[in-house]
Amino acid sequence: MQGTTTHSEKAAQFIANEPRTDWHDDTLWFVRTKRDRAAHTIEAWEGLRATASHIKEHTLSNLHDYLTQFEQNALANGVQVHWAADAAEHNAIVHSIIKKAGIDKIVKSKSMLTEECHLNEYLIQQGIDVVDTDLGERIVQFRHELPSHIVLPAIHLKKQDVSDTFHEHLGTEKDNIDPSYLTHAARLHLRDKFIASDVAITGVNFAIAETGGIVVCTNEGNADMGVHAARVHIACMGMEKMIPKAEHLGVFLRLLARSATGQPITTYSSHFHKPRKGAEMHIVIVDNGRSRQLGRADFRNSLKCIRCGACFNTCPVYRRSGGHSYHNAVAGPIGSILAPNIDMRKNADLPFASTLCGSCSNVCPVKIDIHDQLWKWRQVLMKEGYGGSGKNIMMKGMAFVLSHPRIYRMAGGMGRKVMRWMPWLFNNKSLNPWYKNREMPAPPKQSFREWYQQNKQ
Amino acid sequence: MKVGLFVPCYVDQFYPNVAIATMQLLEKLGCEVVFPLEQTCCGQPMANSGFSHISEGCNKNFVDNFSGVDYVVCPSGSCTLHIKDHLHVEGKEAEAEKIRKQVYELSEFLIDVLKIDHLTASFPFKVGIHSSCHGQRGLHLSSMSERVLPAFSKPETLLNMVKGITLCKPQRVDECCGFGGTFCVFEEAVSAKMGKDRVQEHEDNHVDYITGVDMSCLMHMEGILKRQHSKVKVIHIAEILNAHFN
Ligand code: SF4
Repeated sequence: MQGTTTHSEKAAQFIANEPRTDWHDDTLWFVRTKRDRAAHTIEAWEGLRATASHIKEHTLSNLHDYLTQFEQNALANGVQVHWAADAAEHNAIVHSIIKKAGIDKIVKSKSMLTEECHLNEYLIQQGIDVVDTDLGERIVQFRHELPSHIVLPAIHLKKQDVSDTFHEHLGTEKDNIDPSYLTHAARLHLRDKFIASDVAITGVNFAIAETGGIVVCTNEGNADMGVHAARVHIACMGMEKMIPKAEHLGVFLRLLARSATGQPITTYSSHFHKPRKGAEMHIVIVDNGRSRQLGRADFRNSLKCIRCGACFNTCPVYRRSGGHSYHNAVAGPIGSILAPNIDMRKNADLPFASTLCGSCSNVCPVKIDIHDQLWKWRQVLMKEGYGGSGKNIMMKGMAFVLSHPRIYRMAGGMGRKVMRWMPWLFNNKSLNPWYKNREMPAPPKQSFREWYQQNKQ
Repeated sequence: MKVGLFVPCYVDQFYPNVAIATMQLLEKLGCEVVFPLEQTCCGQPMANSGFSHISEGCNKNFVDNFSGVDYVVCPSGSCTLHIKDHLHVEGKEAEAEKIRKQVYELSEFLIDVLKIDHLTASFPFKVGIHSSCHGQRGLHLSSMSERVLPAFSKPETLLNMVKGITLCKPQRVDECCGFGGTFCVFEEAVSAKMGKDRVQEHEDNHVDYITGVDMSCLMHMEGILKRQHSKVKVIHIAEILNAHFN
């Protein structure tokens, strides 16, 4: 967490443009309020969350069995199933399927897993052009940026930014920011890509052990468009996407879109079971640290996540710091508990990018105790020494003072006196981060302890 | 009923009036209140920074101070929650467990244990309610905007017993103020921005005071209000419940 890339530094850069921060905050808060309204239309909402959580917990406890059942059924359906231990293997498998098919034009609908594995960059290095067909993803792809949100990848961009991007890449009129004009241009552009591509990559929202089928949820129908026009369908999934039975979809589909955007259901819930005649369907099941996380008792249930993004929208820190400040494919509160599992050193700052307010855990449709896990990650990371020596010494000093009442009383009294006599020491913006935007509390003449001893004893 | 008053370290040092009001209020309501003099802190500043593994001495000191009372009462939701969730001492686990079970935040103590239904306080001002997260989402002092559950609020129930008071809520009823313990310095930019936004909603409501169950949130918002030369002041709920204006 040393260097210039910590969340707090990136957040400070983001906030430097205050009107834009306000806009970002309001936009996402609006999504949160839509989620609230949708949740309140379902009386049994809390029961539904509990059911979803139980199904996922059960599945995670029996993951091996469900994965094998899923594989058997998928194979029986004529689907080719591949297993990848990590991101590199996942990328290599996808590449080999593409190479074998002899195709170099690929469309891809939204998949956070492929972002996590940096598939696009990898394929570009192999000379293969991948076109993201989700509108938001396409916009950030043009800009060589990463998605800043798992459901709303371009939420950090304003209409003008999109207009500028399309003007540069699609030749739309300069400064025309009319959303229907811009989406029409994107539609025409993507239609060509759909027609030209013979391989379609999709993500997976739910994989059903009982049927060997997968479900992909989109609002734009781009997953279907891609798959229907292509000869080869590659579906990439993290191994935690499993649910036991098709009937469980009723629980998850009701929760997913309501939590994500406040819609009752995504516009398209596309079910894929087998390849069309003459076509191929591949499913790549990826571990990439998931079995390690499954083995961590305190953090395993982060794998219940259905990637709805509700914890992003409600997070007061995310709304005011933007997705890119999290320097990880999955940002926000859930990203902050997933990322340290992948790389503790690089992501040691993320569990600290939270006030532990607990709003994330409250909106989570599968009841992940996100804020408790943030707290627990802090303990793990500092104990393992990822806090740097400065923090360590400071905390040890604090621990010493707080275990010795007499020293504590002396320190407190001295602190108040120093503040009164040398206010410049505290009222100093570079020495004291508190003072940058806030006044210090006025030190009273007497502590409560002193008052108590004078008046009550 | 013997109540051990647990005063958070920063309240002891910076806001003695909050502790005085808490003590006077509890005494008025018939409690025998003692303030164990050797108490220091609940250890939360270290634990929230990831250093709970070195807070053993601090925890032990807490247990030594608060064994032997019927209840531990604290005018802070955050410190109370920390004790409830994380007070452990090797070799003194039975005492620690007892304290974890008998520690109460002030407003929940008044409602759930003393079961009070009226107060003699008066406070003829317009007061904005700040819902502190650890009290609300941690101790369940009130219902939460994210959940689909019946609405209630222990602090509000108490404030409604005060004569002359006008209560009002910000539009985002329970968004965090951004204090967050050491978050307020390590993530200074986000913390200050969150605080500014919170304060603004209360300003828009033209309140005289912002109140809450946690002085730490209020200290953070006070710092911002003062920097902005605002007329709005902060006041801890104990000070209102113990106030007499005629
Ligand atoms: S952690 Fe919960 S709220 Fe956040 S994205 Fe995952 S399912 Fe949604």
